[in-house]
Amino acid sequence: MAAEEGKVDPMKQFTIEPLMGSDWQLADGYNIAFTNSALWMAITAVLVWVFVAGGMKRELVPGRWQMAVETMTGFIDDLLEANVGKAGRKYVPYIFTLFMFILFGNLLGLVPVGLVPGVHAFTFTSHFTVTGVLAILSFSIVLIVGFAKHGLHFFSLFWPSGTPVFLALPISLIEFVSFMVRPFSLALRLFVAMMAGHVLLKVLASFVIAGGGAGLGLGALVGLPSFILMVAISALEILVAGIQAYVFALLTSLYINDAENLH
Amino acid sequence: MPQIDQIADTLSSQVFWLLVFFGLTFLVVGLGMVPKIMGTVDLRDQQIAGDLAAAQAARDAANSEEEAWRKRENENRAAAQALIAEAKAKAAKANEAKLDKAQAKLDKRLAEAEAAIDAARSSAMAEIEGVAADAAREIVARIAGTDVEPAAAEAAVKEVMAHG
Repeated sequence: MAAEEGKVDPMKQFTIEPLMGSDWQLADGYNIAFTNSALWMAITAVLVWVFVAGGMKRELVPGRWQMAVETMTGFIDDLLEANVGKAGRKYVPYIFTLFMFILFGNLLGLVPVGLVPGVHAFTFTSHFTVTGVLAILSFSIVLIVGFAKHGLHFFSLFWPSGTPVFLALPISLIEFVSFMVRPFSLALRLFVAMMAGHVLLKVLASFVIAGGGAGLGLGALVGLPSFILMVAISALEILVAGIQAYVFALLTSLYINDAENLH
Repeated sequence: MPQIDQIADTLSSQVFWLLVFFGLTFLVVGLGMVPKIMGTVDLRDQQIAGDLAAAQAARDAANSEEEAWRKRENENRAAAQALIAEAKAKAAKANEAKLDKAQAKLDKRLAEAEAAIDAARSSAMAEIEGVAADAAREIVARIAGTDVEPAAAEAAVKEVMAHG
């Protein structure tokens, strides 16, 4: 098979293909074809819903599933409590959804459904269009909360307390730039981490295929180590999937803290 | 890099479907389910805290109850002890009185007996005197052939006995 196809394109996995309705359009002409990316978002949404719905028995003594769901909500609750304080509780629904959506999206991209012929896994978090929207959502919440709660006083965020007056201008410029960079760093971090991992796995997979196709000697020399490395990196990628979801939720809660508790 | 190559074609679709599915998840799961789950957790925490507080209260109540019981028990014991002591004292007093009474009775009877013995002795003595006087008179009558007046004989006997 490898000999027939020749090379494996490590970037092909990120290609978006319309599954249906490739001519669906919003009123103003924007194309909204239902793509493989949209399909995996839908699967993610359904799985998150199934996972949380399984913990809705609301028993006094929780079963395993309920315990798992309560652990997740408790985890996000603690995260917000630690970073924002008591006022953080009202952001639990958003941060929880964000965390679970990214986590499930990351993990689903690692499920080896490619073993079934014709089915291709797709990691929508490896597209900066998606991570960008999520980052803009988080950033908008920070802006809305900040200006609604503190009004124009929110601009004092760019002037850390205790800054000498003659440093006010350069410091506030730096603070402003670092503030405006936040959504980009938020979006790019997740997108790059996801894409890099998948590219690496695909490159190693091409080594395995090429090595295996080149005979016993090269197969043992290149294919086997690459395969072992793939297994190890797959484990690492599962970790990264969790960490990146956590980092996204953590940074969002930190930014919300800036808006909620202005110094 | 498809992310950049396809951006013009797919941006609107990506954004639209992400907003749809993320929004649905947020509405259904985030707003609909998460507060309920957290409510369950809070309820459980409250119940546990309440149960613990109730247990603590029950324990405190039991402790104070025991303290009160101990105090009452000690008081009762002291009262009983006092009662026993009082009864003992009373009994001892009564005994003493009874003993005194008995002693007095015994003394009286002893005195009576002694008096009776004295009387018996003196009456016996008198009889002996009478008998001795009669005997003396008869002896005198037989030996000397003279009749002695009973009174004289008696006087003589008395003198002899007083000396003897």
